[in-house]
Amino acid sequence: MKYKFATFVVAIATLPAASMLGAQQDAQKEIERYRQLLADGNPAELVEMRGEALWKEKRGPKNASLEQCDLGLGAGKLEGAYAQLPRYFADVDRVMDAESRIVHCQIALQGFSKDELSKRPYSLTQGERQTDHEALTAYVVGLSRGAKVALPQAHPKEKESYLRGEKMFFFKGGPYDFACATCHGVDGQRIRLQDLPNFQKADNAQRAFTTWPAYRVSQGAVRTMQWRLYDCFRQQRFPELAFLSPASVDLITYMGVKAQGGTMDSPAIKR
Amino acid sequence: MKTKLLLTLLASIVIASCATVATSPKAPSDAEVTAALKASFKETASAKIDRLDQSELQRACSVASETGKDLDPKVREALQAKSLASVKYPADGKYLGDWKRGEAIAQSGRGLQFSDAPGAAAGGNCYACHQVDKAEISHGNIGPTLWNYGKLRGNSEAIVKYTWARVWNSHAFNACANMPRFGDAGILTEAQIKDVMALLLDPESPVNK
Repeated sequence: MKYKFATFVVAIATLPAASMLGAQQDAQKEIERYRQLLADGNPAELVEMRGEALWKEKRGPKNASLEQCDLGLGAGKLEGAYAQLPRYFADVDRVMDAESRIVHCQIALQGFSKDELSKRPYSLTQGERQTDHEALTAYVVGLSRGAKVALPQAHPKEKESYLRGEKMFFFKGGPYDFACATCHGVDGQRIRLQDLPNFQKADNAQRAFTTWPAYRVSQGAVRTMQWRLYDCFRQQRFPELAFLSPASVDLITYMGVKAQGGTMDSPAIKR
Repeated sequence: MKTKLLLTLLASIVIASCATVATSPKAPSDAEVTAALKASFKETASAKIDRLDQSELQRACSVASETGKDLDPKVREALQAKSLASVKYPADGKYLGDWKRGEAIAQSGRGLQFSDAPGAAAGGNCYACHQVDKAEISHGNIGPTLWNYGKLRGNSEAIVKYTWARVWNSHAFNACANMPRFGDAGILTEAQIKDVMALLLDPESPVNK
């Protein structure tokens, strides 16, 4: 682990120097090489481990662990569960994504309040300890590594979530007239040097969906899919996306269905 | 006993019919989607919920991209004409400012985000989507290259006014253009647009070398 981490630091240090040398093609190759080097030592492993300890610890007003949490495959069955979320849950009569369901379990099993859990779901500054939410989500998604994305769409509410998500994806608004589709609806598009997945293409959608949550090197933190949407909408100049909002769930359903059949490889590591 | 059996039977019929009703998902209306969006965001700094109230153009262009169908030609013309009419040309007749300041504006991606201080000067973020000065290799490709923009086109009055209008409200020339309305939406000030104009058109700008 220590050795891997050193490789990772060297990769960061050499990137800017290398990319200054050549044309853009070289810069892109360098970034690809950098990504491969990073994959060798992903600090997300540490966050997953903390998430596992938190999951099994008796906590909250009810002094219970999350081990009986049902993420859709039955109480306590976590392997592969993330790859089949969002899905419909009869006990709440609605569709939930993984992050909504984890919070639901913290409320139902441990007695935490939703307000308390929603106050600060994402860590803010670099070097700050990851939030419990980020750690729990990293742990849960790590147990779906290698599982195929297979969101159920048989329940009408699952299908409706997809259909709303689709409309939201194409919804242009705000002072910049941006929709998700503005940047994520055409092949081969980039913002600066960052490649943008086109969600109308299965391979693009799979690569994006299966690699979130991810450890973001530039932020020194594991970021979740709810955060990914939150930060996209910030740059889209929309108002602030609320944690666990209906739009978050519907858009994750939309992206997940577009990514059906992809192989989960998260927490991944990104620039 | 018989009553109990009957009740059970009745209950199962009710459940079964509910299940039948519930098997067909209904396509969400635009109003439902907008309501769901409005319930999903909170107002922070300058980013208010009214940003989710779509203009006629935003609505028409959302539908066009979702369905993959082009705008009706008459609708397109009307939207473009309205956008062109929104353009305010500089009162003093001067179109070009300082290309150096223009380059700084082209580099900055700040402004109008919920994380930005309200009223703080925004950038144009041109490099996010365009190649501008070739020396900057970190540029996007959503828009066309602007390298040698002025060198290739000259700076006749027609070109200068067209470029101003394009930056002010790009929907004047392409109703569903991806480029923000830098003047019309109040993203950049008139003085900032002059600086960006100089970056594109001033013969001294590195863009035209």
